[in-house]
Amino acid sequence: MVFRSLARFSVNYLQVLDEHGQIDARHAPKLTPALVKHAFDAMVLGRAFDETALALQREGRLLTYGPGKGEEAAHAGSALALRKGDWIVPSFRENTAYLARGYPPELLFEYWMGDERGQKMPKEHKMLPVAVPVSTQIPHAVGIAYAAKLLKKNEVVLTYFGDGATSKGDFYEALNFAGVFRLPVIFACINNQYAISLPRERQSAARTLAQKAIAAGIDSIQVDGNDVFACYRATQQAVERARKGEPTLIEFYTYRMGDHTTSDEASRYRSAKEVARWAKRDPISRLSKYALGKKLWNKQHEQKIWKLARKRISDAVAKAEAIGTQPIEDIFAYTYSQPTPRLREQLEEARKEAV
Amino acid sequence: MAVMNMVDALNSALDNELERDPRVVVLGEDVGRDGGVFRVTQSLLKKYGELRVVDTPLAESAIVGASLGMSLNGLKPVAEVQFDGFTYATFDQLFSHVARMRTRTRGRFTAPLVVRFPYGGLVRALEHHSESPEAFFCHFPGLKVVAPSSPYEAKGLLIAAIRDPDPVIFMEPKRLYRAIKEDVPETPYIIPLGEARVVQEGSDVTIVSYGSMLQSCLEAVKLVAGAASCEVIDLRTLTPWDERTVIDSVGKTGRLVIVHEAPRNCGLGGEIAATIQQKCFYKLSAPIARVTSWDIITPLPKMETRHFPSVSRIAKAIIETATLQ
Repeated sequence: MVFRSLARFSVNYLQVLDEHGQIDARHAPKLTPALVKHAFDAMVLGRAFDETALALQREGRLLTYGPGKGEEAAHAGSALALRKGDWIVPSFRENTAYLARGYPPELLFEYWMGDERGQKMPKEHKMLPVAVPVSTQIPHAVGIAYAAKLLKKNEVVLTYFGDGATSKGDFYEALNFAGVFRLPVIFACINNQYAISLPRERQSAARTLAQKAIAAGIDSIQVDGNDVFACYRATQQAVERARKGEPTLIEFYTYRMGDHTTSDEASRYRSAKEVARWAKRDPISRLSKYALGKKLWNKQHEQKIWKLARKRISDAVAKAEAIGTQPIEDIFAYTYSQPTPRLREQLEEARKEAV
Repeated sequence: MAVMNMVDALNSALDNELERDPRVVVLGEDVGRDGGVFRVTQSLLKKYGELRVVDTPLAESAIVGASLGMSLNGLKPVAEVQFDGFTYATFDQLFSHVARMRTRTRGRFTAPLVVRFPYGGLVRALEHHSESPEAFFCHFPGLKVVAPSSPYEAKGLLIAAIRDPDPVIFMEPKRLYRAIKEDVPETPYIIPLGEARVVQEGSDVTIVSYGSMLQSCLEAVKLVAGAASCEVIDLRTLTPWDERTVIDSVGKTGRLVIVHEAPRNCGLGGEIAATIQQKCFYKLSAPIARVTSWDIITPLPKMETRHFPSVSRIAKAIIETATLQ
């Protein structure tokens, strides 16, 4: 039997900044000192947030927490390629992306400390609160993008999800919508190699996750997720495409350096050797090597950046912890646009209870 | 006999059934190598291999849908959904297919499967990790629903669920996973589905609860011991629930307090109250009370103790119901 080939596909990979801080000028985005600095600041702030959150969790001052260590380049690089009016629809590990956009860290702490007042998004930010049920947020990004298109808002929507999310229906359904309706949306798959304990190769027989877009008729690319320049560049190109109504899937190939959450114990299912191998690819020290090599700043200045970031984070913790107890009315107030008679009755009951 | 907490007891039940019946298969997210996020499936992979203890991709709907297929073709799947809030993704499979397979095929195909998941709050968990969704499952015809209240109960009920010819939703109160230890046989035993347990006899008021709230009820009963003699019933199976035991008890006490962690609106308490007022109308000496969480979205942990029924909220309802003239 002779077959006629109908279509052929390939998946590209992008790296700009290698592990030694050397740059591949052919693919580099336009790198102004301000951009490099901004990316470094954001990643350091994200790392400082993470370190503090883990310490607070151990002291019982924070809930279960999913650290983003190792993924800062993917989060910061992608977020910085967006304009202020663009949307982010996150999963739950992208604190660095929030911080890169100037989101107040005290609100993130309030949320992770178990206070819903931390979920009240300041008006100037177009970001949704975290989505814990894996992959469920991806269709929302598609809907936001549809509205942007219909209402001619010139907004781009970027949604974050993990490698695990690509096993779920919502992911495929959302990709398919975006392909059919040609929407200004970027699917940012942060492939950190694990869905809790399940390694990437046990999640899918596909060679890459990027190629999952092919079936939806969407362009895709895999990038070195520990290379902030590649993350930025790929997102920037996706943003340009999105403004023309073309969706893109970007697979950020990175690694979850920490446990899935503070309730997890990753040493049960992965080797210390593997973790050590990835530690050498750390996104922050990679950018540091580049910047020091190019004399964009010196070691002393870098220490100052870390100090300032840690100060900003500890100030945010103090603010979050000073917020005081939530009034009982607050947990009832947002159930409906207007309180129902029944809820008024229940609130009365709740008020009378001794605390 | 061995002293076990609920995690140990559930693990023992799964171990017994995997050993006894080669058709039993355990599947879900992180159930193999990791032993489950709460360690309920610890060591089972090593003992029974990856074909019978299956680490699946992250996909709740496919886990339950595939479980149905397995059950249609000779296996007895015991699926784990990692948390209560993630069961919502399984509704289409459960309601559109699992629950109605026997009906749709006039008994030719059946769905002898179990879906286990940890449920309930008061463990300072993240969003979507503190839900009590039993009313959804109870409302839908064709599913059996079970919620154990202690390690001993958990093992006997889980084995009964696995051996049951119908699909069973098995809700494990995560707050009690490690809170209670008691003697549990290492060998298999069954607590039949559909039979409630009178935990404590009393004469003034009947208290009906199940799962996570039973311990809170027992504490509340101690608090009011001088003022009211309480009969405490652990429902164990929520569908089909044991009407006879509750009717007999209310026939004796004339008063009923129902306690559950789920919100009140269309909760199981409403169904029990309606049934009892119909079948015990002339025996009732006071309105039936329901102690539940409020009809709001589960608040984050800082406010959860104001939301879920506290021991004092339960005690207050018992006193009010027991003393009303």
